Amino acid sequence: MADFETPKLQEYPIIPHLKRGVMEHSSPFVAKPDHQASVGFPGELVDNWEAKAVEKLGDIARNNKAFKVFLDSCVKCGACTDKCHYYLGTTDPKNMPVARQDLLRKVYRRYYTFSGKYFPWLVGAEDMTQEVLDDWYSYFHQCSQCRRCSVFCPYGIDTAEISMAAREIMDTVGKGQKYCNEIIGKLHKIGNNLGLPEPALADTLEGLEEDVKDETGVDVRYPLDVKGADVLVITPSADFFAEPHIDGLIGYGKVFHQAGISWTLSSYASEAANFSMFIGSPDNLRKVAMRIRDAALDLGVKRIVVGECGHAWRVAYSFWNTLIGPFDFLDKNYPVPQHIIEVTHGLMQRGALKIDKSANDDRRITFHDSCNVARASRMGNFPGGQFVLPREVIKGVANHYFDMAPETIHENTFCCGGGGGLLTDDLMELRVKGAMPRMQALKRVVEENDVNFLAAICAICKSQFTKTLPYYDFPMDMIGSVHQLVSDAIVLGAKD
Amino acid sequence: MSAVTVIYALMFYAATVMLVAGLAYKIAVYARTPQPLKIPTTPAPTTKAGVAWRMTKEVTVFASLFKSSKWTWLFGWMFHAALLLVLLRHLRYFTEPVWTWVALLQPFGKYAAFAMLAGLLGLWARRIVVDRVRYISSPSDHLMLLLLVMIGASGAAMKFIDSAHTDIVSLKAFILGLMRFDWQPLPTDPVLMIHLGLVIVLMIIFPISKLLHVPGVFFSPTRVMVDNPREKRYVRGWTASAQPASGESAK
Repeated sequence: MADFETPKLQEYPIIPHLKRGVMEHSSPFVAKPDHQASVGFPGELVDNWEAKAVEKLGDIARNNKAFKVFLDSCVKCGACTDKCHYYLGTTDPKNMPVARQDLLRKVYRRYYTFSGKYFPWLVGAEDMTQEVLDDWYSYFHQCSQCRRCSVFCPYGIDTAEISMAAREIMDTVGKGQKYCNEIIGKLHKIGNNLGLPEPALADTLEGLEEDVKDETGVDVRYPLDVKGADVLVITPSADFFAEPHIDGLIGYGKVFHQAGISWTLSSYASEAANFSMFIGSPDNLRKVAMRIRDAALDLGVKRIVVGECGHAWRVAYSFWNTLIGPFDFLDKNYPVPQHIIEVTHGLMQRGALKIDKSANDDRRITFHDSCNVARASRMGNFPGGQFVLPREVIKGVANHYFDMAPETIHENTFCCGGGGGLLTDDLMELRVKGAMPRMQALKRVVEENDVNFLAAICAICKSQFTKTLPYYDFPMDMIGSVHQLVSDAIVLGAKD
Repeated sequence: MSAVTVIYALMFYAATVMLVAGLAYKIAVYARTPQPLKIPTTPAPTTKAGVAWRMTKEVTVFASLFKSSKWTWLFGWMFHAALLLVLLRHLRYFTEPVWTWVALLQPFGKYAAFAMLAGLLGLWARRIVVDRVRYISSPSDHLMLLLLVMIGASGAAMKFIDSAHTDIVSLKAFILGLMRFDWQPLPTDPVLMIHLGLVIVLMIIFPISKLLHVPGVFFSPTRVMVDNPREKRYVRGWTASAQPASGESAK
């Protein structure tokens, strides 16, 4: 399939010995000048970029507490060294979280600390050079910002924050990543990552209504730009056409239909994803999010609900109120925003949905906690609700559910290997190797419990697994949406 | 007044100023630097009291480290807990009369030196033996361990080896003299000179080294932030200065 070897799945997880430089060659395509311009960054490496990069680094340290504290506090205890899926899958030491941080920390120390200025050899401080930049570009694009290391660090140091800052610095001096920046540019221009304009979107949704009608005989609506609807649904654009995502979208529609809630999608804000977080760019982050506030005001909705998407839920749950709040124009009886799982869970609790669990009887299901949902957000009104609610929804619509090993789920979950702006074909080797720890855990439930369905609530996870499952000899269609399960079990029409 | 006494007295004053001023400066920087977005590592407490409990577990039993690596936790916790006992025991040299609870700690504080050394040596062994930890270690990481081991070893030597004893009564007079700005002669036993000299080094490098993890942990946003972004609007730094205006996304 490709010119690299897929890691072998072991009987039990092992911590590999390190092999220096084995992933040095892995780098994503560099953004072209027009991609850079579309997100407000210089088109190519600027003159005197070394000094400008150092200056930007200092600027972030002065304006971001996490970045500053994390750079100062690491004691090199090694607790994080075996926690990154990319280290476990590639064995490259620079994929150990602390070593990845040190690529940037050594420059911070050189220019902004006493010891690094006067005794660089003592503390491993280094000048900003072309070599360092190359390392940054390679290895800060081998971090999916999944925060697993942060769970295990005694100081909570989150490599995601360092990698976001590193990408912002690189963007600022003119070295951006094509995949992320092109997509953000498209979103600014058209409203979604795919560049799907309003007519195409309307067409797709119409087709969806016909498909559901053919299959169920019921008129389930997938409305677009309906002013005065109660609920605005913001979902990743992959839900509009990608497999298996679209089956999830069908599920959302059935839930709203059955609950009698009027809802709409927006062509202006037709994207939940916000890749600006991946590149650590405040301006882009806010600008992308602002479309949602504007759409909600324009359509006059009362609630905002977010579809199945990991990092989007982090941005929505943790950042929207900060970036585009206050939401005083929305119905105060509902949290803003709400996750579609929260909506469905609430309706199921109230008995508002008629469910036929046997519809999923051919499926033996496990659930993949998506990193940004697990470690950067919440669902419901108690800590850990993000683990409980999706599982309760699954168990509420299906009879056969099995968890993967405890050290690989909940806040210990392993990233799918494609998050954080790495879901691009030019990083396929990294994605396949990074998926290894998750595949290993999956293999166990497949062997022990005959699991044949991997449910997820993240568009990136779904796309990533579709691509990587076959490398590990799993069928690619075993990945699916939680709302696909809901969709298949929900009994339309007849209300009791 | 011997030259040694004068030199050590002046060095202690200088080191104290550097330690206190350096830490105060760093803490001020950490406190002042804005955290623009909510980033607690979840699941996280939804109340301030919950965060206080989370932090209590972090700094007393190193809860996250316990999850990560049992060996690092064992050696690390042993070292820190023993160091605390040893430091508290040392209060007897700074107080007259000695506080009762400090006096009661004496036997535990005395032997804690061995636990402290064992912890340090365990951590050092990991730094050398485990290839991952060896890879991430700089010379400063080894020197820091060397410094702490030598402080511990010289201290324990004075306590437990007869030939290394110092005149503890004179030493206490010297320390109290420092505190009262009424200098008294310092005993000049070589082991004591080493012990005190290294403590001075430690005090000086504290605010400019990785020992900043001590104040740092209390400012770590992933640990100290309350998970309530939907319930309470949070703005700081650039998120506070850039208030939303409708229609901005169209620009």
